[in-house]
Amino acid sequence: MGGAQVALASILFGRMFYLQVVEADKYKMLADKNRIGLKLIAPPRGLILDCNDIPLAYNRKTFRSVIVAEDTNGNLRSTLMNFGKLVLVSDEEYERILKEIKQKRAFMSVRVKDDLSFDEMASIQLNIPDLPGISIEDSLMRVYPSGEKSAHAIGYVSFMTDEDLKNQEELQKMPDVRIGRTGVEEFYEDRLYGQTGSRKIEINAVGREVRELEKQDAVPGENLRLFLDSRLQEVGYNALKEEAGSAVLIDIETGGVKMLVSTPSYDPNLFNAPLDVKTWKNLSQNERRPLMNKAIAGQYSPGSVFKIVVALAALENGIINEHTRIQCDGRLFVGDHPFHCWKKTGHGPLNLVEALQHSCDIFFYQIAYDTGVDKIVEMASRLGFGDVTGIDLVGEKAGLLPSRAWKEAKYGDAWRRGDTMNMGIGQGFLLATPLQMAVMMARVSSKGKKIMPRLLQSDVTETAESLNISPQHLALVLKGLRAVVNERGGTAYHTRINVNGQRMGGKTASTQIRRITLKEREEGLKQQHELKWKDRDHAFFVGYAPTDKPKYALAVAVEHGGGGGSKAAPIAGEIMRKVLELEQIDKETQKDDK
Amino acid sequence: MSLFLDRNCYFKDFEMSIKDKLLTMSWSFFFLICCVVGIGIMLLYSVAGGSMEPWAAKQFFRFMMGCCVFFTILLIDLRFWMKYAYVFYAISLLLLIAVDVRGVVGMGAQRWLDLGFMQLQPSELMKINLVLALARYFHGSGEEDVERTTHLIIPTVMMALPVGLILVQPDLGTASMLVFVTVAIFFLVGVQWWKFALVGAAGLAAIPIGWHFLHDYQRQRVLTFLDPERDPLGAGYHIMQSKITLGSGGLFGKGFLEGTQSHLNFIPEKHTDFIFTVLSEEFGLIGSSFLLILYMAIILLGFRMALKSSNFFGKILALGLIVNFSLYVFINTAMVMGLLPVVGVPLPLVSYGGSAMMVLMAGFGFIECVYVNQEMVIGRLGSSDE
Repeated sequence: MGGAQVALASILFGRMFYLQVVEADKYKMLADKNRIGLKLIAPPRGLILDCNDIPLAYNRKTFRSVIVAEDTNGNLRSTLMNFGKLVLVSDEEYERILKEIKQKRAFMSVRVKDDLSFDEMASIQLNIPDLPGISIEDSLMRVYPSGEKSAHAIGYVSFMTDEDLKNQEELQKMPDVRIGRTGVEEFYEDRLYGQTGSRKIEINAVGREVRELEKQDAVPGENLRLFLDSRLQEVGYNALKEEAGSAVLIDIETGGVKMLVSTPSYDPNLFNAPLDVKTWKNLSQNERRPLMNKAIAGQYSPGSVFKIVVALAALENGIINEHTRIQCDGRLFVGDHPFHCWKKTGHGPLNLVEALQHSCDIFFYQIAYDTGVDKIVEMASRLGFGDVTGIDLVGEKAGLLPSRAWKEAKYGDAWRRGDTMNMGIGQGFLLATPLQMAVMMARVSSKGKKIMPRLLQSDVTETAESLNISPQHLALVLKGLRAVVNERGGTAYHTRINVNGQRMGGKTASTQIRRITLKEREEGLKQQHELKWKDRDHAFFVGYAPTDKPKYALAVAVEHGGGGGSKAAPIAGEIMRKVLELEQIDKETQKDDK
Repeated sequence: MSLFLDRNCYFKDFEMSIKDKLLTMSWSFFFLICCVVGIGIMLLYSVAGGSMEPWAAKQFFRFMMGCCVFFTILLIDLRFWMKYAYVFYAISLLLLIAVDVRGVVGMGAQRWLDLGFMQLQPSELMKINLVLALARYFHGSGEEDVERTTHLIIPTVMMALPVGLILVQPDLGTASMLVFVTVAIFFLVGVQWWKFALVGAAGLAAIPIGWHFLHDYQRQRVLTFLDPERDPLGAGYHIMQSKITLGSGGLFGKGFLEGTQSHLNFIPEKHTDFIFTVLSEEFGLIGSSFLLILYMAIILLGFRMALKSSNFFGKILALGLIVNFSLYVFINTAMVMGLLPVVGVPLPLVSYGGSAMMVLMAGFGFIECVYVNQEMVIGRLGSSDE
């Protein structure tokens, strides 16, 4: 009997020694793993401000209702039903709520409805006895005061999808966090987001929080000040809102983008909550593509806008000078293939300034032919075509600057003279974004500085390097552009502006969508407004102002707008006039302040 | 090891005053019990998050009641207990039947009988009354009786009836304890070795059949014990967490009221069956060893007190009870250490529980009673003067 006692006792002591001494570390670790949980604190997102510190995106404290399943006394469905009587909850949302409740533990809260109105709050508070498990908590909501006017430039935030969460273990634990989509919100996501804070908490066996062990505050996201001017956003948006188009305005001293609009647009505030299917369908399947930022992702044949490039290439390579005159008879034969001027009767003999003023095609066919594709491509590349400009936005397209090598690789076909001539009037394979056109305009009007477009203001001002283009040649081209708008007979003469003597110069362009058949040409061309929207020409205008001391470069693109002179130029004129007027007002207020 | 030493009966009138009895009783035995109960109350205080409610205060109150029972039993004449041993046995048997018939369901098993003023657990009573009855039975048997197999039929039935009734409840833990105690008593009175071996072999052979009759949760417990990783979030969770709690205490423990596992509810039944882990977590190997040493002291002292008895009834009674006690200690601690399956056996004197405390104190009362009356000689038929 005694032997048995000793044996049993040694078993117990042996086991205790094994567990509490030999394996103690292992079990200590397991015990800590049991009890310590990490809760993450989402930092408040940084503000996005315009050049006058007017917010383009800020956070508003809103109230939302959440439900805790275990507090509903087992009447989850009736609570939700009662709630539905007070506040509208869509069927899809209802499904989502039930799904989330199933996935989460009973004591965890699930969003029921975001951004409650005052009336909704009041009715919930009044009926709270009928709503066991429902409570109201505050949360931050992203607000875009500029709304659809700046949607494409600023972007929006939305909840993360499962795909976003795949590689984001940290964010996975904060399912309520919204992240930036498109625009500045996405490009500067890291800086706007800030740093996640954390709370080490002690949790009990069912995961309920018991106490806080350690807290690290979240670091709020950085406030970003842009070059954008929300007043100009409004001007640009209002000028374009009936069209599908875009406009970019660059301050040529800084490269700062003061305006960037794309239409039709959408309300970025909608994305705070999950979009309903119908709204999403309307946005994503609209033939005018409201979700696309046309200023940076719309790629078009630049048409006559490109004549500026061709002119500079010809001047720089000594093909022409200011005195060179070329006869326009309305047609030019290369071999037996005719190239037509837009003016059937021809312009007669023209020098460069006149050719730009009237946008004569024959002149540019000729000088393109004489200059050759390689030199034109070289000049176009210097002025920003064929590659992304590097603007601080997501989704910028590079356009297309064709070359001999490109065509050889792409089509296995040699570059032909006809290709060069098409390039002379900005047609053919050539593609450019409105931003690229604006950058080209900025580089030309800044007398050859390599201007890089930026949205974000930074403390370091980089002086743009020179493109090494002769100032005389640039001045000559600008003289032509001034004539386009300000001389009788210029293609944009009717849209000339005069703000205290400050004038605008520029270049119109209309690019064909369909090939004009010989038969149509003989029967007489249809007027643009007689065509279906989809078949009308794209309309462009690039401009700068003031003409005597250029400060702003602008590009306007109107998809299927009809004509550059009739559609894009008036919009550009309207924008530029407002720009100059606002500058005047700002100067005066600054004077007053002093 | 034979206990048939003083079989030549002589009769003598045996009377002791209360004062004599109190002077004779083993106060060190009682002191050790108080120490263990004190540790228990301290742990219940800790488990409740540093509060006397809901367990510690009640446990203390029950211990006080238990002390009354303890002293009452030790002051009553041993011959009285012997005389009515079968009656007590019969009463507990009836109560067990009553529990099966109209017991209330508690913790998924019918174990309680609601008497209105208190909840009675007849299986607890049976733990003592079976020992009483068996001691009474073997008191009258001589060495040659015990060696007859037929002589063992009645005590076997006396054991089998309550075991059957308790298994129905179902309470595997208590039922097997009754079997163990009976086997121990058989062993003490001198039943031959080969009989144990025979029954043991038969028992092993019966395991597959017994498996068939086990409740699902009981099977789960056995399977989970054999392989805790099998179901780490289900049944194996308790064993795993129990080991974590014990092991994480280390040598010196996390400190009083500092146990994370117990306070954060990772321990199931932390105030009853798994309370030993709370001690180990907060006081480490030092603390748990101290408690085990206290238990061993109680057990050794109990054995010595039992062996001093001049009458066979007392010897069997006290030995049976102390064996019962030590089995409880061993099975509970081995269970929380992951050495035995989780069978629902509380840690005596420490685990929270009213019936258990009463029964334990009653048991110690009987041991003291035997000790106090150690010089009493009782004839084969149950009186000192026949």
